[in-house]
Amino acid sequence: MAQNPYLPHKVKILEIKRQTKIDYTFKLESSIKPDNGQFVEVSLPKIGECPISVSDFGDGWIEMTIRRVGKVTNVLHDLKEGDHMFIRGPYGNGFPLQKYKDKHLVIAAGGTGLAPVKSVVNYFNDRLDLVKQLNLLTGFKSPEDVLFKDELEAWSKDFNVTVTVDQGNKDWTGNVGLITGYVKVMDFPNPEEVEVIVVGPPMMMKFTVQEFLKLGVPEENITVSFERKMCCGLGKCGHCKIDDTYVCLEGPVFNYTKAKELID
Amino acid sequence: MGYQMSTVEFNNVISKLLLDYRILAPVCLEGKGTFSGTDLVTYGDIERIQDVVFDRKTVYSAKEAVFPPSETMFYFTEEEFKQPSVDQKGILVFARPCDINAFKRLDAIYLESGPYPDPYYLQLREKLKFVLMECDHGFKNCFCASMGTNETSDFSLLVRSEGDQIFCLINDTGFEDLISESLASNSIRKVDLQPGFVQRNKTRLQIPDKLDNSLFSHPLWQEYASRCTGCGRCNFSCPTCSCFTMQDLFYRDNPSCGERRRVWASCMIEGYTEMAGGQEVRKTQGERMRFKVMHKFSDFKKRFGFHMCVGCGRCDDVCPEYISLPRCVQKLQEIKNGGVR
Ligand code: SF4
Ligand code: SF4
Ligand code: FES
Repeated sequence: MAQNPYLPHKVKILEIKRQTKIDYTFKLESSIKPDNGQFVEVSLPKIGECPISVSDFGDGWIEMTIRRVGKVTNVLHDLKEGDHMFIRGPYGNGFPLQKYKDKHLVIAAGGTGLAPVKSVVNYFNDRLDLVKQLNLLTGFKSPEDVLFKDELEAWSKDFNVTVTVDQGNKDWTGNVGLITGYVKVMDFPNPEEVEVIVVGPPMMMKFTVQEFLKLGVPEENITVSFERKMCCGLGKCGHCKIDDTYVCLEGPVFNYTKAKELID
Repeated sequence: MGYQMSTVEFNNVISKLLLDYRILAPVCLEGKGTFSGTDLVTYGDIERIQDVVFDRKTVYSAKEAVFPPSETMFYFTEEEFKQPSVDQKGILVFARPCDINAFKRLDAIYLESGPYPDPYYLQLREKLKFVLMECDHGFKNCFCASMGTNETSDFSLLVRSEGDQIFCLINDTGFEDLISESLASNSIRKVDLQPGFVQRNKTRLQIPDKLDNSLFSHPLWQEYASRCTGCGRCNFSCPTCSCFTMQDLFYRDNPSCGERRRVWASCMIEGYTEMAGGQEVRKTQGERMRFKVMHKFSDFKKRFGFHMCVGCGRCDDVCPEYISLPRCVQKLQEIKNGGVR
C-alpha cells in the first residue's frame, strides 16, 4: 500500500499539568513542527480518535490542552507521565503571523479557545518588538475554569492581559463579565492598524467580532479559528465541510471575510 | 471489436475472467427486499451471466467495490499496527453510465482532495475496470441526461443480453486475447456493435447555475424538517456519497487487540457534525437536506468543476417519505426565476 496517512505514530507523554478539573495539558515527545494554530488527530487504539489543537510546541516536543468531554478524552485523562498516546498530523493551516507584524495585535480568546492561540501569544511575547502593541483578552465561565494561570501571570508582566470570568466567587478579585464588555471599552486611534484574533465558542466569536467591527476594525484584519468535527484531517471524510470549504484543509484558521460566508 | 455468442459461450469467457478478476454485478436477492415477499436488487459477486440482472436498477450502487460500507483500516496489537492485505485480483464491475461516471466523483474526493490520495481507495480503484450495461429506457426517477452523465467511454467491455445471446464489445485491448482464444474453437461471430445511451428521461431537470447562501433561509427547507426522518438511506444508496466515520473496536476474547474501521456516514443522520462535548451544527432535517442538496448541485462543482449528482434517482427510489431530490432542485430553480415564494 502507498504511504498511509491514516496510520498514527506513538508518542511519549513527558509531562501532564492539570489546568482545571477537566482540562489537562499534555507535553509530548515529538519531532513534528506544526504551525501556530494547527491541529493533530490524537488516538488511543481500541477507543478512537479526535482532533486536538496544538497549544504550544518547541524543539522535540508539542503540547496539547485536552478537555475531558468524550470517549477518547476521558481515557486520555487517565494516562500518566511516561505513558504513550498516538498522533498523526499536523493538519490544517496556522495563524498568519507575518500579517500581524508592526500592527497592534489584540487576541480575544474564550474558554478553551485560549489553547490554539497560546503559542501565538508566546511567539509575540518573545518578540514584542515585532508588534506595535499586544493585548490579550481572555474570558472563562468561572474562576475554576481559568486555563494557563501561570502563563497568564507571566504574560501580564510583559504586556496588557485582561482575564475575566462570567461569574466570580468570593475569592475572585479579578474582572467579571463577558469579553465583549471589555472589547467595547477599547479605544483604537487607528483601527486599520489593529489586527484581531478571535477564538472561542461560536456565540462568543460572533459577538466579539461584532464589537471589534463596531470599533472600526476592518473585516480583513480579523482572524478566527473554527472548531468542527474532523474525522480524517485529510479532506476525505466530509464531516468538516462548509460550502465548498474543508475546515481541515483550508482552516481551521480563517480570515473573517471568508469566515462570514461559511454558513453551516 | 464486437462479438455475438451464446450465454454458454459467454460463460466460458466469464470463467476465464474469474481467474484474474472478481466480478461484481447487479444480482437479485430473493426475499431480501424492504417489504416481505420483495426482492433486493443489489451488487454481488457473479460466476455466470445468468446471475446478472439487466432489467432493473440496483438499490445500492457499485461504489462498495472500492468503498465498502465497513472497511478495516488497520489491526492493532499492543505494540503494532497491521494493515489488512488485499486480494491480488482485479475487479470487474457491471455498471450503467451514471454509475461509471459516479466513480469520477469518488475519485475527486478520494484521490484529489487534500494532500494525499486515500491509500485504501487507491489500492482498490487501481484494480477496477468497468463492464458497461446499457439502459434502453431510463428507469423510474432517473435524470442522468439532465446531469450529462448518460454517456461514458470509460469501459473495458460492453455486455448486452438478448434472449440466449450475448453481445460483447471489447473496448480495451487488454481483453482482446480473451475472446480471440475462444474464437478459434467456438461459433463466436464478429458483429458491428455500438453502445446505446439514453438521451431523454421522464424526469428532466434544469440546474440553477448560481445557488448560494441567499437561499439558506428560504422557507422551502422547512418542509423537509417535518417530512424527512433522517434515516440516511438517500446517502447510503447514492453512488457519489463518500463520507465516512472511523470507529475503533476491540475483540471480546482478546481485549488488548482490536481494529480501526471506517464506515459509511450520512449527513442526513443526527450526529454527523457532533463533536465530543455535544456541540452540533445543522440540527434540523431541513438544514441537513439543504446541506446535501447544496453539495450535490453547487459546492462540489465549485471545487471540482462538475456536479456531484449523476442523476441515478436512487435517493428518490429509497426514501420512505417520498422526498424527491429533483423536485427540490426544480423548486430552487423556480425560486431563482422569481416563481414560488
Ligand atoms: S443524489 Fe440521488 S440522484 Fe444524485 S447521484 Fe446521489 S442517489 Fe443518485
Ligand atoms: S431517505 Fe428520505 S427520509 Fe431518509 S434521510 Fe433521505 S430524505 Fe430523509
Ligand atoms: S476532517 Fe475529514 S474532510 Fe475534513
